[in-house]
Amino acid sequence: MTRRLETDEPAGDERRPEEEGASLLNRRSLLAGAASMVGTIVLKSMTGSAEAATPVAPDDPTRVPGKIPSPYGQRSAFETATRKLRAQSASLTPLQDSHGILTPSALHFERHHNGVPTINPTHHRLLVHGLVDQPWTFTVDDLKRFPAVSRLAFIECSGNSAIEWRGPTGKTVQETHGLTSTSEWTGVALKTLLREVGASPEASWMLAEGSDAAAMTRSLPLSSVLDEALVCYAQNGEPLRPEQGYPLRLVIPGWEGNTCIKWLRRLKLGRAPFMTREETSHYTDLMPDGTARQFTMIMEAKSVITSPSGGQRIQPGFLEIRGLAWSGRGRITEVEVSVDGGRSWQRAALQDPVLPKCHTRFYLPWRWSGEDVILQSRCQDETGYRQPDHASLVAVRGTNSFYHYNAIQSWQIAADGHVSHVHP
Amino acid sequence: MCIHNILSVGLTAILSLGCGNLWAGETIDRQEPTHRYGIGQAATDQEIQAWNIDVAPTGEGLPPGQGTAQEGAALFASRCAACHGATGQEGPKDRLVGGAGTLAGQQPIKTIGSYWPYATTLYDYIHRAMPFSAPQSLSPNEVYSVVAWLLHQNGIIAKDLVLNAQSLPTISMPNRHGFVQDPRPDVPKP
Repeated sequence: MTRRLETDEPAGDERRPEEEGASLLNRRSLLAGAASMVGTIVLKSMTGSAEAATPVAPDDPTRVPGKIPSPYGQRSAFETATRKLRAQSASLTPLQDSHGILTPSALHFERHHNGVPTINPTHHRLLVHGLVDQPWTFTVDDLKRFPAVSRLAFIECSGNSAIEWRGPTGKTVQETHGLTSTSEWTGVALKTLLREVGASPEASWMLAEGSDAAAMTRSLPLSSVLDEALVCYAQNGEPLRPEQGYPLRLVIPGWEGNTCIKWLRRLKLGRAPFMTREETSHYTDLMPDGTARQFTMIMEAKSVITSPSGGQRIQPGFLEIRGLAWSGRGRITEVEVSVDGGRSWQRAALQDPVLPKCHTRFYLPWRWSGEDVILQSRCQDETGYRQPDHASLVAVRGTNSFYHYNAIQSWQIAADGHVSHVHP
Repeated sequence: MCIHNILSVGLTAILSLGCGNLWAGETIDRQEPTHRYGIGQAATDQEIQAWNIDVAPTGEGLPPGQGTAQEGAALFASRCAACHGATGQEGPKDRLVGGAGTLAGQQPIKTIGSYWPYATTLYDYIHRAMPFSAPQSLSPNEVYSVVAWLLHQNGIIAKDLVLNAQSLPTISMPNRHGFVQDPRPDVPKP
């Protein structure tokens, strides 16, 4: 908060001369405003709660000149939604505070395997080798010269909701579902790059490797990823965020997040999977019979009500039930909402655009009468796949597979309006 | 790209624009050229060698060098035990030893011995990502030694077996055949 106030205050000597005349009064007001803001901060600091300092706004903003333009924007100081950190290696998107389908880049969930590397983009290279005509390297600028492709797509960690197999655990939708986010991703199509290096027809698997301290690697079956995979350098119109793979990441729409290798430095084409740790001892799904499913890449259809959701408190009367649905197999075709614990279902409205392998926003107008009720949503995608309930999912997979939990989520609204996570 | 090609690509784009309905969300197919773009540089041998660190189940990618469990014991104690425990079972990070026969139980213990299907993956992963605070700092001999110690702790190899690029791929892991293909969608429709 303090930093924001300091950096956002215009400095007089940076102003252009033609602004000076008009700005005398303004500057005086600004100085007065700054003084009162500083006063607030000092006061808060003295009480030891500078972090909790409330931002200051004039009683009537029409009587005080506002701030001059800034080189890189910030959200309002009154907005406080943040990612929730989970251990040292993940942070979750605050879905309860989200609107529409896009996730602000600063709130996109994180999952990394040994921290976020600091990479100088001018030194970074992408090496493509193995079964190719000629091993080849590309700079980031090289990649930007190829025809650009942009695509809105969700990325969901395969461990999203993994804490829910044995019963309701997460208290908020951020805790239960916050490892999914949607961005517009821009880059070059993988198939364009592979054509450029002359990929051998014998190549059937591709190793993708990151330039982080885990040198994170996954093997990807070429025939499945070639149509849609992108080597991306941009997210939501600007270069990737460091925690999203700056300066390069692979994006495979609909596939589990760990396959979308961040800080991408190497693609190696081969004839067989490389059997890295991330596709053998990790990211495999243990079944009740003791076998484990391997290369479980697709994130199946899933939906969740984001408002009202766990930890919130609602008032009787009208409210709009809002949520997100998505499927790694294509478009969402239907979302249904139940306000009676799954006994009856109503179709929710889907907000355009409804895009394949992308978050889809749904709405249902509702009037809460003050009774104890359970809200649920369930979705269907264009392949006809229906989101399962918890019991059906556990009946097939048991409770030890950890990854790919996509069961129907239930929020209970108590008579006092408090929303909590339950299994009905 | 010759002028003729530029013109024909441009013309195709214009024609497509005329036909496509942008507002309905249709995309215009951009034709791939019939030749390469000519972007990027040939990779040098040094560039490839510096990054070509993956080790396949066939043993491809394993470097010269060797080690035994005896040699790995001291190294594990000094470089690994703080996170994985003195015997590889105590944590606080991933448990590496034990767990045999637990995978189908209520509390499965997934370790190198009970779960990992390939011994070569150990070399690949320990070299690329461990120790957590100093990845890629172990020499090939050190990696072979730690791998040997971990396999020995799990009862898979003898204490004096020399692991190297020839012997490591021949190690048979207990859970080698424990993995199945993805059968999803797998949950019956309601």
